[in-house]
Amino acid sequence: MNTTADQPLPAPAPRVRPEAIKAIPLRHPWRWVSAVVVLALAALAVDILATAPNLDWGVVGKYLFNAQILRGVVVTLELTVIAMVIGVVLGALLAVMRLSKNPVVSSVSWFYIWFFRGTPVLVQIFFWFNIASILSLIKIGIPFTSLQWVGITNKIISPFLAVILGLGLNEAAYMAEIVRAGIISVEHGQTEAAQALGMGRPLVMRRVVLPQAMRVIIPPTGNETISMLKTTSLAFIATVSELFFVQSQISNFNYNIIELVIVASLWYLFMTSILTFGQYYLERYFARGALRQLPETPLQRLRRTLFHFRAPPPPPAEDVSITAKPHG
Amino acid sequence: MATPMVQAVAVHKNFGRLEVLRGIDLEVAPREVMCIIGPSGSGKSTFLRCVNHLEKIDAGKLSVDGELVGYKQRGDKLYELPDREVCRKRSEIGMVFQSFNLFPHMTALANLVEAPMRVKRESRAVAEERGRRLLDRVGLADKVDAYPRQLSGGQQQRVAIARALAMQPKLMLFDEPTSALDPELVGEVLDVMRALALDGMTMVVVTHEMGFAREVGDALVFMDGGVIVESGAPREVLANPQHERTRSFLSNVL
Repeated sequence: MNTTADQPLPAPAPRVRPEAIKAIPLRHPWRWVSAVVVLALAALAVDILATAPNLDWGVVGKYLFNAQILRGVVVTLELTVIAMVIGVVLGALLAVMRLSKNPVVSSVSWFYIWFFRGTPVLVQIFFWFNIASILSLIKIGIPFTSLQWVGITNKIISPFLAVILGLGLNEAAYMAEIVRAGIISVEHGQTEAAQALGMGRPLVMRRVVLPQAMRVIIPPTGNETISMLKTTSLAFIATVSELFFVQSQISNFNYNIIELVIVASLWYLFMTSILTFGQYYLERYFARGALRQLPETPLQRLRRTLFHFRAPPPPPAEDVSITAKPHG
Repeated sequence: MATPMVQAVAVHKNFGRLEVLRGIDLEVAPREVMCIIGPSGSGKSTFLRCVNHLEKIDAGKLSVDGELVGYKQRGDKLYELPDREVCRKRSEIGMVFQSFNLFPHMTALANLVEAPMRVKRESRAVAEERGRRLLDRVGLADKVDAYPRQLSGGQQQRVAIARALAMQPKLMLFDEPTSALDPELVGEVLDVMRALALDGMTMVVVTHEMGFAREVGDALVFMDGGVIVESGAPREVLANPQHERTRSFLSNVL
């Protein structure tokens, strides 16, 4: 077809490659000015905290690894994990229901989201905590038969479960919208290609659409998890001994209010930092195949910021080729 | 005569009040390659999508290999087919899209084995064996583990053809398979399609590649405004169009 195909390409002109450009780098005075301002403000904040006459850092140190506090941290983590698992699973289900062609199913999802997003989560926890006052017995049975199981509400819905219900069911409403946004973001051609191969709706959703939707779903879900970690402090209203409740009990007793708030804050910060770190790696995992170059890990990013403060960020030349992990 | 692979009788389709197909009659015999040409908006892609029920037809009759598409006839009543049946029929028809639509989160080989394993319940070993053979056949044996975005457009489209072939279809539909490609990459895709036609695959190809239609096609259909304006042997139609509309279209593309 192409007669010139066999001809060799013209050789590059036999000239010496010119010397690499050596220019005087552009100055960035405002970077230095802003750094000085920020350092000064930080020093001020440290000074205030360190020299405040009534702030006893010894108390902070004493309670940081206190057994009660540590138990509170564990309960906070338990609440976060369980509520998020309920939120994500139920949320994904609600999202798929919302997009269903069955009008009954999609209205149920719409109503759920409307209700649980429309009332404060504190109110919802309070409601589950006090449900026994309107429903002292829980009866589960088949109508019009004698097959029935009866339980005492107060024994079944413990304060812990009340908080889990409040947080988890509320979270599901938010997650439903996040998952739905992710599903919608996947190009319709993907669904068509899968359908053309004979894949049914559930299969298309599970194997083709959801894995791609994950890229859109994960960042806000990480956000939700971090938010949830802190929202668990509302469990104090149900007297569940999570971190916030524990610290307030201790400070009720010894009046070191700010010291214990600092202890709790340090723990909250520590836990959210771990979550932030984990989110990066999760995003990298689901970015495979979507980007030619994977995003930097937090460590790579830190290194670049520290060592290239003066210079502009390097072009993405270093070839972080996508590791082709065998699928499945 | 053998049952036609595709048979359309007065097929109509509208989107809302817009009539996209206004009575399409055509037949594709087994092992035949039919090319459909026409201006954009003429309904040629829509017709192709009706054949595997990605679009529902509103009137007329459309059957593949002697079975109605999307419906079952009992007496003089039509019954809509359940999803499971629609899927089973689609699995026997391969389709190649203009924008490739490979699954970007899967490697080339994973794209090829997905449907055979999940839809036809083949074992991984069997599916992968065929997958590798097909990738080799489209000249991409070395790209087994590449993700779609690491491939050129032409390579992606060849993987997409191999993916459709992995289901061992009895009919292949091509919806402008080379329209999204750089001119330099068109040839490699057409070569694969030509080889497929020589192997005796029944193909319906919506295309703007007149050269391909002339050399490979057994029949050519020119559509405009939702109807078939002219059809016949490709050489005849292209060299000696009978209809004024065909002449003006061809003079603009050739």
